[in-house]
Amino acid sequence: MKKSTLLLIAATIFMLAVPPFLKNYGIYLFTYWLVFILATMGLNLTVGYAGQKSLGHAAFFGIGAYTVAILMKAGISFWIGLPLAMLGCFAIGIAVGFPALRVQAIYLAFATLGFNTAVWLVMRNEEWLTGGTFGINNIARPSLFGFSLEKNLHYYYFVFAVTLIFAYILHRLLSSPWGKAFTALRDNPIRAESLGVRIQSYTLLSFAIGAVYAGVAGALFAPLVGFIEPAPFAVSTSIMMYLMVVVGGPGYFLGPVVGSAVGVLLPEWLRFAQAWYLFVFGTAVVLLMLWLPDGLLSIPDRIRAKKLARVEAQARSDAAAKIGGAA
Amino acid sequence: MVDFFQLLFSGLATGSIYALAALGFTLLWQASGTINFAQGEFVMLPAFAMVGFLAWGAPLSVSFVLTCIVSIAVLGWCFKRGLIDPLYRHGMMPIVVATIGLAIAMRSGVRAGYSAEAHPFPALFADKLFKVAGVTVTLADIGTLVIALALVFATQMFITKTVTGRAMQAVAQNTESATVLGIDVPKMVFYTFAINAVLACTAALLVTPVYLAKFDMGESLGTKAFFAAIIGGFNNSRGALLGGLIVGVAENLSAAYISPTYKDAVALVLFMAVILFKPQGLLGKKVERKV
Repeated sequence: MKKSTLLLIAATIFMLAVPPFLKNYGIYLFTYWLVFILATMGLNLTVGYAGQKSLGHAAFFGIGAYTVAILMKAGISFWIGLPLAMLGCFAIGIAVGFPALRVQAIYLAFATLGFNTAVWLVMRNEEWLTGGTFGINNIARPSLFGFSLEKNLHYYYFVFAVTLIFAYILHRLLSSPWGKAFTALRDNPIRAESLGVRIQSYTLLSFAIGAVYAGVAGALFAPLVGFIEPAPFAVSTSIMMYLMVVVGGPGYFLGPVVGSAVGVLLPEWLRFAQAWYLFVFGTAVVLLMLWLPDGLLSIPDRIRAKKLARVEAQARSDAAAKIGGAA
Repeated sequence: MVDFFQLLFSGLATGSIYALAALGFTLLWQASGTINFAQGEFVMLPAFAMVGFLAWGAPLSVSFVLTCIVSIAVLGWCFKRGLIDPLYRHGMMPIVVATIGLAIAMRSGVRAGYSAEAHPFPALFADKLFKVAGVTVTLADIGTLVIALALVFATQMFITKTVTGRAMQAVAQNTESATVLGIDVPKMVFYTFAINAVLACTAALLVTPVYLAKFDMGESLGTKAFFAAIIGGFNNSRGALLGGLIVGVAENLSAAYISPTYKDAVALVLFMAVILFKPQGLLGKKVERKV
């Protein structure tokens, strides 16, 4: 426990201290990264902890972003838009969870993918509401207690604070009996049900809570970029988010942090490869999966397992030598 | 009414191409539990391989055969040995993400290494029109439909009628008992991957004259193949054909009669309805849950 607390403090200091030294684009990237951490934390709950294969997470991300953007264009404050976005995502998340009661695994993945496409089509085609392909522009950044968050660095710290709050809530949730019920649902739904876990409610909740996280991320994303259009909320983003969760390590609390770094920061860092950077990225993902199928955060577990195996092998050969010596 | 039949027919032709990709998709799933998110790119790469062979001066037929051979080696053997075999025992998630990575790599590799532009592709059939009872159909539509259907049926016959095909089915149904019965499981699984590669090459041959060879041509094709496979039934090969034709016809008719902007939505609505009410697909068999 001690080690992880130290690590957490070090990470917090890093996130607080580094951005002031970055240029505007660097700060923007860091904020972008945080937004994706928030969104994939929710997806990690749905996919990693509760085991529901969801490929429609970007739809909630988009619903959050559009809710805030549309309301702010109508002159309603961000601080009313944010809870409304959360509420909306929660409700729609429950609705999307219903197919999960009927279908599992790949079928569920495709059902949620279909949901994402449907939401995207509405965003693109219903111009009266969403501006269609022209999108919504000039989305202002909110202010907090009269303090403007217009500057990139201020907005970054604001997003960081929100991420920390939601990470704390998720951590509490996961260490509560609820959290255990989610993993029970993932590992063996029929057994969980026979032990009295109401798997229907937990399936729906895993979607709804995951959706709320995506909604918050979307609500923060809209003022960050200042201009939203349907493209960032298409199926390809859902697939990327899924990729981030799996690459980081599904079911590891910090998996989304590492995974989003791979999905958001790695492609930027690979820009030196110019036209080839996405090729390098794709290849890296393939190799990473081959090397660590359980995600990057499974490295410590793997080292531990290797050490254990070595100790056991040693014990076995010692015992064999002893028997051999006695004979 | 004449319009309707015209749309229906060209929809069937497009749908039969979707069916080819969908068939390979379901075969891979049955034989090895692989959900191939790079299926569309498996059509795109052979298209570019053929463009390359053609540029070297090979005639179209020779290019096609060469492409098939290369595809069986690369998209069949290398894909299976390099990616699926090591990840198979880790379940669905790593394979899905690895094939997503592969799709990104293939798409951007072709874009960066070859060209970001659309390349023309020689037409397979002469530009000829037929009038049947007032309905105009093109020779290309008829040819596409005939070739695709013939290939689907040939695959079907191979799987159900030959000893090798039946062994492949046995592997798909129960790998362990297949091993006990003395079937060479890895070989059978490789055959499935090889068949998938040939199906993808043929789909490329048929679709590229219309859609042109472009690095992102696989994206929409892959999605349509998914939809087709799900609508028809994921664990049934005939379902892929039915699903492909339904998707092809539905998108053609809805673009004309409902609204072009919601053209993609119709296949989607069908797909959602099937998933919710008959998740095993129109022709699929139900699989019981295990504790």
